[in-house]
Amino acid sequence: MTNHCLRFENLTLGYAGHPAIHHLSGGIERGALTAIVGANGSGKSTLMKGIAGILKPINGACFAHYRRLAYLPQQSELDRSFPARVIDLVSLGFWQRRGLLGRRTKTDRANLAGCLSAVGLTGFEDRPLDSLSGGQIQRVLFARAMLQDADLILLDEPFNAVDARTIADLVQLVRQWAAEGRTVLCVLHDHGLVRQHFPQTLLLARKAVAWGRTDAVLTPENLLRARNFQEAWDETADWCEDSPAGSTASKGAVEKASANV
Amino acid sequence: MYDYLIAPFLQYGFMQRALFGSLILAVSCAPVGVFLMLRRMSLTGDAMSHAILPGAALGFVFFGLDIVPMTLGGLLVGLVVALGAGAVSRLTIQKEDASLAAFYLISLALGVLLVSWRGSSVDLMHVLFGSVLALNDAALTLIGLIAAITLLALAIFWRALVAECLDPLFLRSVSRVGAPVHFLFLTLAVLNLVAGFQALGTLLSVGLMMVPAAASRFWSNQVGPMCLVAIAIAAVSALGGLLLSYHASLPSGPAIILTAGGIYFLSTLAGRRGVLRNAFAQRRHRVA
Repeated sequence: MTNHCLRFENLTLGYAGHPAIHHLSGGIERGALTAIVGANGSGKSTLMKGIAGILKPINGACFAHYRRLAYLPQQSELDRSFPARVIDLVSLGFWQRRGLLGRRTKTDRANLAGCLSAVGLTGFEDRPLDSLSGGQIQRVLFARAMLQDADLILLDEPFNAVDARTIADLVQLVRQWAAEGRTVLCVLHDHGLVRQHFPQTLLLARKAVAWGRTDAVLTPENLLRARNFQEAWDETADWCEDSPAGSTASKGAVEKASANV
Repeated sequence: MYDYLIAPFLQYGFMQRALFGSLILAVSCAPVGVFLMLRRMSLTGDAMSHAILPGAALGFVFFGLDIVPMTLGGLLVGLVVALGAGAVSRLTIQKEDASLAAFYLISLALGVLLVSWRGSSVDLMHVLFGSVLALNDAALTLIGLIAAITLLALAIFWRALVAECLDPLFLRSVSRVGAPVHFLFLTLAVLNLVAGFQALGTLLSVGLMMVPAAASRFWSNQVGPMCLVAIAIAAVSALGGLLLSYHASLPSGPAIILTAGGIYFLSTLAGRRGVLRNAFAQRRHRVA
């Protein structure tokens, strides 16, 4: 068995027959720290949804081998007016281990306190959600992702509305996750941040423009190529036929192998 | 005091049954109402209560004014409408309020058609407004059973219900229970409306569900305490409404809901998160 946490085979994801990202093939190794960059509409968030299993592929397959997944979406459907405290929201992170009825132990509570402290929110336990700022909410969501103790972590533009100092703190957290052997994918727009902290980069423009070591991916030529793609849908566009030869991917398969790892 | 508050329930069996039935209903309906409100589905209860009508009417057309067929009919049609609307919103781009509006209006029209086909308007009034003073053993058993099912389901699925309201996308990323729990919850809502409709009628059963829930929001900022507050308000309303109905010779259903309405207005004004508290909030503030 390869040491891949994620493997894409000719993966095409999209909406209403139009691809947001197409013909993606390749793999991401366990413990890799990968940045996903690209313009608006280049398929970054769509890829995240596909990996999380929320969006089914139009074609091709995404093989994900993980024990637990933590997904921090770009547009959270979090209801901030819901009568809940910070601790209630972070506690959702226990779901994969404690489920519907499992009791939360003393260790769990200590873990939770540790996660809040790691994002600098100690003392916020009982604060109602509607009293937090956008950046603080983002940190709460980070704490929840941390509490999930996941081995595959998907972060979709996690640093929106977050101040520079907090970004620095959160990036350290992300690097630490990767150092602990967790696979992290992070959608980002700040190329400086990517160059500084992310060893691997996937550059998207509806397809993979470049993928590999960050310094080899974020070259002026690649970035120029990534900028020139048609963002608008074309209802009269030809059907895309350029499937790579030898692809045997079945239609619309998302395989989630919860293998023993 | 004794004569006003306690004697009516000791003297008359029908008052005891009415109190018993509406208190059980309060315990069962109010938490469901809280979750409906938190899901921004406050008006869903109202729509569902209309949707139940054709089922009750069908039971009425074939079996006359008998609670069992009318209840089962209401339950069946209510579930079809709730699950149908839920399925449309889950499977298509349409939001649940729109699909539910379509489903319940179709259902309501069918119900009115059925009642006008066979019954007189007096009977329709009975279906719509019910009477808590005419609760028989069968109705009480039914209410008790539904309350037990409701409380059990809420206790078991509490975390999932909260998660599904608070952050549905997160729940989808870690578990597949989201959709089943949503349907289970809709089923609970229908069950409780059906339980209430014999006691209060289809139009007012939703009142005991939603008014205490709406009032509870002014008292707490956590779901659990809100449910308890809602239950307490619903129970006090049931007791107060029945006494009001007894002493002032008012119809019992509206008396109960109006009592709840009074508590709601009090809560908007004087609640911990109410208007007065905001208006007279301290001008001072802490440094951190």
